[in-house]
Amino acid sequence: MILFEALDLGLAALVLGVATWTIAARRVFGAVVGYVAYGLLLAIVWVRLYAPDVALTEAAIGGGVTGVLLISASTRLGRLPAVDAPPGAALKFGAAVISALVASVLAAAVIYLPDPAPSLAPEADAHLSATGLGNAVTAVLIAYRSFDTMLEKVVLVLAVAGVWSVAPDRFWGGAPAPLGRAVPDAALVFLARILAPVGAVIGVQMFWVGADEPGGAFQGGAILAAMWMLVMMARLTDPPRISSRWLRLGLIAGPAVFLLLGLAGPVMAGSFFAFPEGFAKPVILFIEAFMVLSIAVTLPLLVLGPPNGEAGR
Amino acid sequence: MSIVLDLFTVVAVGAGVFFFLAGTVALIRFPDSLSRLHGLTKADNLGLGLVVLGLIPRAASPLPALKLIVLWALVQLGSATIAQMIGGALRRREPIE
Repeated sequence: MILFEALDLGLAALVLGVATWTIAARRVFGAVVGYVAYGLLLAIVWVRLYAPDVALTEAAIGGGVTGVLLISASTRLGRLPAVDAPPGAALKFGAAVISALVASVLAAAVIYLPDPAPSLAPEADAHLSATGLGNAVTAVLIAYRSFDTMLEKVVLVLAVAGVWSVAPDRFWGGAPAPLGRAVPDAALVFLARILAPVGAVIGVQMFWVGADEPGGAFQGGAILAAMWMLVMMARLTDPPRISSRWLRLGLIAGPAVFLLLGLAGPVMAGSFFAFPEGFAKPVILFIEAFMVLSIAVTLPLLVLGPPNGEAGR
Repeated sequence: MSIVLDLFTVVAVGAGVFFFLAGTVALIRFPDSLSRLHGLTKADNLGLGLVVLGLIPRAASPLPALKLIVLWALVQLGSATIAQMIGGALRRREPIE
């Protein structure tokens, strides 16, 4: 067991080292690469904490989608004229103090947690059979705290609306600028042709096994989103017009179906957001299927940004 | 039989780790980007391949073993593409006469 402790300590040191490097990096691109590496390391930390569901999400979101988002943001920032006045010493000092304060409060909260830490895990496990699921994480997300999960998806839709709202009026309804270069690398096109069908199957499979094993709607949806982005980067398809009815339906499908079934709860099962006894699993999977669709549509739209008149380039 | 399999796993995973180490040393020590890329592909290709080969006898049934092989193939596909793209980007930046 000494070996595992040494491994964990090394991992923790690596996480801290990469985090420091990310903050200290002088160039935005370097910092983004550091952040992606940091996300992947955190995924390994979650595996070591026996939380494979969180690890999958961290790898897909922290390492993957956020990385693409930050890289495209840094490219866009690079195109802007340079800032005349870089942040002064006072601003930097203030930011450092606030960040250090937040970090120490979080650290104190973790250190002074009661031992043993309060846990609802036994409760979650005890009622697992009522949901028909085998994965307690999915049960917590879609059954025990279903209202919260539904609202989280609404937040994602609002984020897309926020991104779209900065589009100039004359481009409203058009398509966002294509991802990647006008003439994509032949190797990237090859990868997109081979990987996208495989990735689509893996994404759907990850959602499907999420009922009983690590995985779920968010992880599966993130993989499908990555595949769509890959195909767009290889210019095999172009970003859709944001006025497209199908696109908007896909965007709201998850939270809408979730909300409708939640509202049907009082009739079907006697309570708001309750699922009928013995029939919970099919209902949960039905909701999750639409959530996968919405997540797969939402994440690429956040990366694509608002339509800016460059769609035809 | 199980001792033979254990030995096989230890040797294969050990060899895989060696290639990862070699690839990492190459990444740190080699002078230019193309050479570093060359070193790195050894880690992805042989290193991961040998680790997967060593873990196959550990799999309880054929399906997990197959998944391991698919994982290796996917990593191969990804790293080969990235290597091509980085190589292409380098070439565009500093054309080779």
